[in-house]
Amino acid sequence: MQDSGIKVLFMGKNFLRLLEGLWVTLRISLIAVIISIPLGILFGMFMTLKNPISRAVSRVYLEFIRIMPQLVLLFIAYFGVTRTFGLNLSAEVSAVIVFVLWGTAEMGDLVRGALISIPKHQYDSAAALGMNRIQTFWYVVIPQTMRRLIPLTINLTTRMIKTTSLVVLIGMTEVLKVGKQIIDANRFEYPTAALWIYGVIFLLYFLACWPISMLAKKLEKRWR
Amino acid sequence: MNGEIQLQVSGLVKRFGEETVLNGIDFCVRKGEVVVVLGPSGCGKSTLLRCMNGLESPDAGSIFLDGEAISAGGKNIAQLRQKIGMVFQSYDLFPNKNIIDNITLAPVKVQKRSKKEAEEQAEKLLKRVGLWEKRKAYPRELSGGQKQRVAIIRALCMNPEVMLFDEVTAALDPEMVREVLDVMIELANQGMTMVIVTHEMQFARAIADRVIFLDGGSIVEDSKPDEFFTNPKTKRAKDFLQTFAYEKRRTNIN
Repeated sequence: MQDSGIKVLFMGKNFLRLLEGLWVTLRISLIAVIISIPLGILFGMFMTLKNPISRAVSRVYLEFIRIMPQLVLLFIAYFGVTRTFGLNLSAEVSAVIVFVLWGTAEMGDLVRGALISIPKHQYDSAAALGMNRIQTFWYVVIPQTMRRLIPLTINLTTRMIKTTSLVVLIGMTEVLKVGKQIIDANRFEYPTAALWIYGVIFLLYFLACWPISMLAKKLEKRWR
Repeated sequence: MNGEIQLQVSGLVKRFGEETVLNGIDFCVRKGEVVVVLGPSGCGKSTLLRCMNGLESPDAGSIFLDGEAISAGGKNIAQLRQKIGMVFQSYDLFPNKNIIDNITLAPVKVQKRSKKEAEEQAEKLLKRVGLWEKRKAYPRELSGGQKQRVAIIRALCMNPEVMLFDEVTAALDPEMVREVLDVMIELANQGMTMVIVTHEMQFARAIADRVIFLDGGSIVEDSKPDEFFTNPKTKRAKDFLQTFAYEKRRTNIN
């Protein structure tokens, strides 16, 4: 039975368990993305303010999140906060918080970049047509930044999906962990199972990220 | 010209940091009058125009349109700007919208007019400048001259009372300048009140009812075009006009 590692996949509830693991991965990353995008847009607009205090605050926040490895942030949120403040956050809540903090910072920087790339005369000509600030943002600036932001946002989303594999280390059982459990349980009977299981996980990640990329492509075309 | 005063600028001062760009400007524009503002680069022509529709806020002095004060931070500035169309040097169409949407965006969203009515007017105006076929095209598919004509129409579609033109042909290839200037001449003939900043001297002479010569942040001369171009009163104006005249100065070495 040396050569039929694929069998492991169909034994018991193994495949279903993998899918459940994938769901954990997607749940954390998608919740985080959905919260990060609007917060990131606001943070990006905040970063374009000329005020020196708001600049310093946003700079510090962005650099802190960038420099800290996500794993360290996860540990701080899960172990550190619990110890220090006696708040008992579940692993999933801590993971979502960390990914939202990370996503907001990254998204904010993308939005900031997109906003300052809109030439000043676009603002001027909108103003000259009698638009107020809100109308200028809504009808002129935001549609133009959207197009620039889509590929970057998708990139961030897929990065988040992939980075969620770190939550294993704060005790969550996501798709990669499930795979490892299945492989470990069958190590002696089916030594080739590892390749099959990891192969399937690879496919699952692909299936999770690919539709998002396709959607991005479609939107980019439509908003050209 | 003895129509009523439409636009009045009095005691206008504008500084950028240490530098005083406009130093006490006084003039008025009557209804239907075409005023051309000339002057060496950096003399404050563009700043003057930008103050006139509240894109810059003056440090002193005031500007009135039909007796209402224009100020950048003012509550009614968006209202007033609808009466003042402005066209800039850079083709500033919205790149993500096609031509017709570029033109109708502000009439629909700002003036709350119906999309259908705004489009009808836009198409009529496009026909007048020979760009009706391009109504579904995007700005990137147009030449510089075509884009600038669309920009003029976009401003016109708001039914402004005054039009400001800030060196609208400065960034165009020479062979495209004509088509834009022709549109402006037609507009002047229809009685639009216009303030034009330009470096096209022959055009200035042809279109202007009055020439204002600006240098060092003040009005140096304010006269009829024929007078200004043939017999300028001040030395500065003479020197300025001299820079546009070419003489055969090449000498044969042999």
